[in-house]
Amino acid sequence: MSGIVLSAGPPSAEAIESAWRRVQLARHPQRPRTLDLVALIFDDFAELHGDRLFRDDPAIVGGPALLNGRPVMVIGHQKGKDTESNIFRNFGSPYPEGFRKAQRLMLVADKLGMPLVTFLDTAGAFPGPAAEERGQAEAIASSVKLMTGLQVPIVAVIIGEGGSGGALAIGVGDEVLALENATYSVISPEGCAAILWRAPEAAPTAAAAMRMTAADQLELGVIDGIIDEPGEGAHTDPVATATAVKEAIVGALGRITRLETEALLTTRYARLRGIGLVRETEVGSAQLPPEPSLRRRIGRLLRLPGVPRRPRWSEIWPSGEDADNSEEGA
Amino acid sequence: MQIKLPFSRRREVTAETWTVCPSCESQIFNRQLERNLRVCPTCGHHFRMGIGQRIELLLDEGSFVEHDAGLESGDPLGFHDQKPYVDRLEAARIKTGLREAAVWGIGTIDGERVAIGLFDFHFMGGSMGSVVGEKLARCFEAALVERIPAIVVSASGGARMQEGTLSLLQLAKTTAPLVRLDAAGIPFISILTDPTTGGVLASFASLGDVILAEPKALIGFAGARVASGTVGEDLPEGFQSAESLLEHGFVDEIVPRAELRATLSRLLRLLPVAAVEDGWQTTAETRGWGPIGVLSGMAERLGTAVSETIGIEVEQPPADESGQAARRPREDES
Repeated sequence: MSGIVLSAGPPSAEAIESAWRRVQLARHPQRPRTLDLVALIFDDFAELHGDRLFRDDPAIVGGPALLNGRPVMVIGHQKGKDTESNIFRNFGSPYPEGFRKAQRLMLVADKLGMPLVTFLDTAGAFPGPAAEERGQAEAIASSVKLMTGLQVPIVAVIIGEGGSGGALAIGVGDEVLALENATYSVISPEGCAAILWRAPEAAPTAAAAMRMTAADQLELGVIDGIIDEPGEGAHTDPVATATAVKEAIVGALGRITRLETEALLTTRYARLRGIGLVRETEVGSAQLPPEPSLRRRIGRLLRLPGVPRRPRWSEIWPSGEDADNSEEGA
Repeated sequence: MQIKLPFSRRREVTAETWTVCPSCESQIFNRQLERNLRVCPTCGHHFRMGIGQRIELLLDEGSFVEHDAGLESGDPLGFHDQKPYVDRLEAARIKTGLREAAVWGIGTIDGERVAIGLFDFHFMGGSMGSVVGEKLARCFEAALVERIPAIVVSASGGARMQEGTLSLLQLAKTTAPLVRLDAAGIPFISILTDPTTGGVLASFASLGDVILAEPKALIGFAGARVASGTVGEDLPEGFQSAESLLEHGFVDEIVPRAELRATLSRLLRLLPVAAVEDGWQTTAETRGWGPIGVLSGMAERLGTAVSETIGIEVEQPPADESGQAARRPREDES
């Protein structure tokens, strides 16, 4: 967690401009998507469909592929290129069945000992009644859990938007990489602005405050490497982008496939356990003082002065009862 | 604003001697509400509950020992919205007397030791940042080491925005230990209270071996504001309630607060920690009924018998293979 720059105040105009430019590049309509990159990176790819439970979710694609002749399992979010394909792909926002399809493919990878390569590119998991009814939260949670224990190497690449839980659901990796103009955030800048600034137009400010660019994420230790984009951004040269992504994936796999399964899992666990800033202060454990002596208890019964009552946890942590919804999480 | 010091509680007795129930609009004296476990005596509406009261409700008196009480959040992003994050943290500490939105410790329920994590929604919406994630991970790891059941009582708006993706990654940090609990045969009971949403629901809270919820609790993935903004339609009433989750199969039971302790106590007896020595096979045999348990139990006995009669060596499993090592992680559903 070194190298973190603490700013004293709100983000500067410069920081806001720079963060927002990258957010827009990450969302660029011509940006190469998962299937574009897959076609350019892998020698062969067979897309598999369906979660075997409800339906096939076109917002997530996946299947076995050959990387330099070696079988790997590929899973990624899939956005569309135009209105029609975006409606078909639900703008790359998966329903629970998308994550369950991903889990099914992860289990195949695990069974056959194939390394897993994932591409993250989503504004977030789809909200709404249908997604809730089918267990959106459970689908994300069990996907994350499955990945933390998967016995094959995992490389995750953020190629566009890394939107919150919907991205993390296929984004737990032994190495997590990001394209230079990709973003990764706990909530969309618009959502953050609506909640913390109470003004959606503060989205660029929120984007800067959340430090969601690839460079920031590298500094925070959330990702392990950045893949440079050609020229003005990935959309200007998809082929060069794919070449760079391929090289990065091959490099990462070279490093992590050397590990034995047990070392792989221990390292993955340690990587996750180490994320975040935690300050240990001296206080270790705490408990209520022991029950007062019999004499004191009698004293208290007789209401003698100076005899303290044993406190209760509810007095130590009174909590408020105001229904304060102002500070939602994401 | 009047400043209340953390450890000198005494609520001001002003107009706040009674509370209006948001559900049935009856007026309840605060003392009566506290005595009734913060449940409306008229309609049964469950008011939110602080960590202290929750401990008194669920655990044997005086049994709770808080661990890692001193963990404190930093400000990894230098986050500043309308107020700096550090100021928000300080305000929350003063308001609640807590250092963070969650507490973990070890206590007993009818004599049964458990590792328990608890959230307070009043501390920044119960949001999960690095420290909350760390506390829960340590809670699960303690359950693993001590081989005692884990329980978490959630009340959270989700991941804490002020710590950005570090908060998002707490979803994985709190979920990873559950894989180890699975391998070691240690039960985890998740209790969802009003409200449990966002990143907390999208991680450990949805992954209990048993998931209980309090009546009418708001439980959902996306906050109403996010959902209606994205979906652009009016949302049906109650689609994120505990009742709706039960109907759709994502919660095992809805338990009124007054019965929560008894229910937990019963579940702890029904779902014991797997015996250590020979892993789960012996346990399955003593516990009896699982088809796999019966089969492997038979195989074990037959194995010895066969080797005795035919005089061949039957391969014995290595002695040191306790749960920790390498059983394959299994996913819960799907």
